Amino acid sequence: MSVPSPRLALRGITKAYPSVVANDDIALDVLPGEIHAVLGENGAGKSTLMKIIYGVVKPDRGTIAWEGSPVVIANPARARRLGIGMVFQHFSLFETLTVAENIALALEADRAGPGLSQRIGDVSAHYGLPLEPDRHVHTMSVGERQRVEIVRCLLQGPRLLIMDEPTSVLTPQAVEKLFETLRTLASEGCSILYISHKLDEIRALCQKATVLRAGRVTGTCDPREETSESLARMMIGGDLPRPRHAAAKAGAERLAVDHLTLPADDPFGTSLHAISLAVRAGEIVGIAGVSGNGQKELMAALSGERPVDDANAIRLDGAPVGTLDAAKRRAMGLAFVPEERLGRGAVPELSLAENALLTAHRQSMVSRGFVRSEAVRTYAEDTIRAFGVKAGGPHAAARSLSGGNLQKYIVGREIRQKPRVMIAAQPTWGVDVGAAAQIRQALIDLREAGVAVLVVSEELDELFEICDRLAVIAQGRLSEAKDIADTNAGEIGQLMAGSFVAAGPHGQRRFSPAGALGLDAEPGTGDREP
Amino acid sequence: MDQFAQLIVLTLAAGTPLVYAALGELVTEKSGVLNLGVEGMMLVGAVASFAVAATTKSPWLGVGAGILAGAAVSMIFAVLALSLMSNQVATGLALSLFGVGLSAFLGLEYVSVVIEGIRPLAVPGLSDLPIVGKLLFAHNPLVYLSLALFAAVHWFLYRTRAGLVVRAVGESPQSAHAIGYPVIAIRYMAVLFGGACSGLAGAYLAVAYTPLWVEGMTAGRGWIALALVVFATWKPWRVLAGAYLFGGVTLAQFQAQALGLEMPSQFLSMLPYVATIVVLAIISRDATTIRLNAPASLGKPFHAGA
Amino acid sequence: MSAAGPPQGANRSPTGGSAAANAASVGGSIRLRLEARPEPSRLAGWLSPLAAALATLVVGFVLFSWLGKNPFTAFHAFFVKPVADAYGVSELLLKASPLILIATGLAAGYRANVWNIGAEGQLLVGAVAGGGLALAFPETTSPLLLPAMIVAGALGGMAWAAIPAFLRTRFNANEILVSLMLVYVATHLLSWLVHGPWRDPEGFNFPQSRLFHEAALLPPLFEGLRVNAGLFVALAVVAAGYLFMQKSLAGFQMRVAGLAPAAANYAGISSNRNVWMGLLIGGGCAGVAGVQEAAGPVGQLLPTLSPGYGFAAIIVAFVGRLHPVGVVFAALLMSLLYLGGESAQLNLALPSAVTGLFQGTLLFFLLAADVLIHYRLRVVRPARTPVPVPKGA
Repeated sequence: MSVPSPRLALRGITKAYPSVVANDDIALDVLPGEIHAVLGENGAGKSTLMKIIYGVVKPDRGTIAWEGSPVVIANPARARRLGIGMVFQHFSLFETLTVAENIALALEADRAGPGLSQRIGDVSAHYGLPLEPDRHVHTMSVGERQRVEIVRCLLQGPRLLIMDEPTSVLTPQAVEKLFETLRTLASEGCSILYISHKLDEIRALCQKATVLRAGRVTGTCDPREETSESLARMMIGGDLPRPRHAAAKAGAERLAVDHLTLPADDPFGTSLHAISLAVRAGEIVGIAGVSGNGQKELMAALSGERPVDDANAIRLDGAPVGTLDAAKRRAMGLAFVPEERLGRGAVPELSLAENALLTAHRQSMVSRGFVRSEAVRTYAEDTIRAFGVKAGGPHAAARSLSGGNLQKYIVGREIRQKPRVMIAAQPTWGVDVGAAAQIRQALIDLREAGVAVLVVSEELDELFEICDRLAVIAQGRLSEAKDIADTNAGEIGQLMAGSFVAAGPHGQRRFSPAGALGLDAEPGTGDREP
Repeated sequence: MDQFAQLIVLTLAAGTPLVYAALGELVTEKSGVLNLGVEGMMLVGAVASFAVAATTKSPWLGVGAGILAGAAVSMIFAVLALSLMSNQVATGLALSLFGVGLSAFLGLEYVSVVIEGIRPLAVPGLSDLPIVGKLLFAHNPLVYLSLALFAAVHWFLYRTRAGLVVRAVGESPQSAHAIGYPVIAIRYMAVLFGGACSGLAGAYLAVAYTPLWVEGMTAGRGWIALALVVFATWKPWRVLAGAYLFGGVTLAQFQAQALGLEMPSQFLSMLPYVATIVVLAIISRDATTIRLNAPASLGKPFHAGA
Repeated sequence: MSAAGPPQGANRSPTGGSAAANAASVGGSIRLRLEARPEPSRLAGWLSPLAAALATLVVGFVLFSWLGKNPFTAFHAFFVKPVADAYGVSELLLKASPLILIATGLAAGYRANVWNIGAEGQLLVGAVAGGGLALAFPETTSPLLLPAMIVAGALGGMAWAAIPAFLRTRFNANEILVSLMLVYVATHLLSWLVHGPWRDPEGFNFPQSRLFHEAALLPPLFEGLRVNAGLFVALAVVAAGYLFMQKSLAGFQMRVAGLAPAAANYAGISSNRNVWMGLLIGGGCAGVAGVQEAAGPVGQLLPTLSPGYGFAAIIVAFVGRLHPVGVVFAALLMSLLYLGGESAQLNLALPSAVTGLFQGTLLFFLLAADVLIHYRLRVVRPARTPVPVPKGA
């Protein structure tokens, strides 16, 4: 037997943007039935490469060969006709449409007619991806939505499936389940391009890996024969930075949440049920969970973006603050780093200096209602210097910064206000390894300085790395926080699936561990108010 | 009883321009585009239809001209808001202001010109039936056409694949782009349709309802149509119901005068506008319904990352 | 029409600094495409109103030619003749003054995505409030009457603008539609007053109020010219507007709310407060402008009190870049368009409706030119990929 010819072969793929070369002379071969990892940290050019293969982005140079013949993939429709399917990291679903309508939209008109429901049923049964065709997407959990995306691709009978960071929305147990599906698919001859920065997953699933760094291929290997450390070196060109972490010396309770119950204000949102939590001075408490289980709502309630009716449900240093807005809570020593950097944490069009004024104006930046622009600029300059932000200076627009640099600036801006309580949501999401390490270290330093720190993250590794205690949010309920030493990823994964929810006072009525996971065949039991 | 039938007939006639304009705007908004230029497009449609009707002596040619003129000025909006990604609110306002100016300019020589407008049907036998004849068979042809348009829009949006695509684009242009739909082109079509409908609404006013040309003759109906779309929570059948409701309100002043009600006419003239405000407040209060029904990307410029 | 919140006005946020799209095909092979700038261009920001004004002139040139007028004569009649003497300059300032006032007030709100488009109605109600005071005290010679009228005008405009503010903050009702509807209501209200209770008994049944007496009229600045002390009020508002919008924390916070509502919410900036402030400032300024018209060139209450200043000021606010200083220049330009329209009617027998046409065109060109603030044009030549056309493509 000769070596089979590749299903997809890329040669010399190059794509430059005004500020950065996203892909530089990339070569990649994917064999039939192969699960092939594309590995690289944020900003390495993985997403651009996938968009080129799927016809969303046109390369400046280079050739693509599909099953031996050269092709031009001008648009996604062309890619789908060739037999390329893609499951996006940020799903391309339509919330107010039904599952069947969402799937029909992605199919050729002649295949979207009658009988579609039947075929959805067949495919989802065969691959263990149960779906209800008539349900509206906005009532579904993140895991369920991913199933819609996958089934939508599979109905097109793909011969190459691209999965972009598929596990970031899943619990460890659900990841296992997804891997089974992917292995079944590969055994039937479908090639899979698996994009990830999670080394363990790639070693468990993939037969081959192409590693990208700064837009270039830095190596190809069989990940099953590599260690996480060796893969990491290929990925970042050095060893993974490890934060310093001394034992906790927790002090007085700074932030207390007491039976916080909050109905969703958004028809697509999650209600919070009797959430209780305490964060003490000098400790980092983490909240793990699959996204869409109430993190957004909890953050809005804690930050004051959405005040609650019961003042005592949230206390800062013992003072009831539930009814206060974000500005008043900030004045009492709360700082907050939101998940969205552009548009929430910073105003994209405004300069870094003006973005300092946004939340830090209590730092002597205002006198008699008028802005002291000198003080604003100094604060911005000092923040840029202290946190090593790469920027054109305090007058650079926020949107001109890379994700990592802007995040460092926002974290720095909040920390330099000397908060008593710091809340950070997804502090390192989409940030390069160096900046992520620096941000984690800054949070740890804050803890050493006696600040109470609360971190919400979907990255379990990160939480285990920096937290002293860890709680889990599922279906709008929060588990009891556990000492990091007394728990492990397996147990946290069970909690993320909602295993604790049954024990809660309201649990019986809505119990559905798999609802949070996105595993059950009766998705209607998920805790989402329609 | 005959008086009642008469009232229904008048209400349908008064509501018809709102039906056209609001159905057009509904489709535009379903694609995620907010075009505040309805008033301007209606005026341009009205003046174009009247001018052509007066020149050719054919009111139906006038209607065609109104449709084309409305569509043509909507393209100005489309180029600015879709291709150049200008602020949709400002661009729609500009279109309304421009339409007022353009129509006044073009219409100068047609003020106080008399034309033969499109008359209500008179089907021999049927229209003369007691009550039923009036209710069913004696409307203006453009009233029947508006009902047909309603049925067509409803069928298009909820029964066809193309309608599904339009709704999907309004819901999430990013997703629609990602799975390969030409978002900008689809939005162009939706804006064009809205413009044509607004032009038709203006034409109905100028060559069927009144029929004459007066500067600013739409008297805010374009803005009321915009409010109607919100009132209807983006559902075609509610647009229809709302249009006739408002049509009925505009008649109230004539009814009151006919009944000899002692009330300054100005207060009766305020009624449609006050009613619009009240209805808008009542409907908008329910933020959840609005959120569930409003196209999620409404008013936001779309820029495909390439 | 989203009643759930203001449309995302100036809120352009291309996700990366490096996106490009919406290509406009120019010819078969070379295309123009828009590419997001990493930072908004300040130069383009200042140049685009100038470019828009120039483009409007070109359109005027074509239009005049098309109407069979010598474009140079027409230009002279439209743009030069009206301001060729002191009287003309006085008229220019007289008409610019209400535009400056209203547009400055509107700009404060527009920056916060508070879309008050009902300034025309707020102007009329302001005129009614201030004018009502003048009519109520026909005998008084107190120098306090005028200031009191101005205050009453401001309060009247604010009260009218408070309706959309209340309905927006309490019921989430879209302020664009509510404020616009109230223009029609105000028009009918004024019409009722001058047809009914306030009609001049000696006015031959014309719908108009009595003429204001001396103490209720704004004093002219120069003998024989109509420009009056209202100009100083307008300039004072510009100065206050500058301090508020460019230098105060509250002004900054309103700007944040306009650019990124989520960021405003995150920073604890109250959106309700912004809606109230935006509408009240705009309404108050429009109300003062209404008193200025009634107590200035008009001298009484009339149904045709305003030649659409409330709407023209929307254009002035945009062309002036929502900046008080820019507003002054834009208002002068707009005022010239009004005068030009009148002059063209007199000298060229051109319809004065040309003015409205020019106003709309100017705003269109401005919006088109503004794209270059956030994007730059790139000429794209197709990549030379040695890739043959695939089978079945």
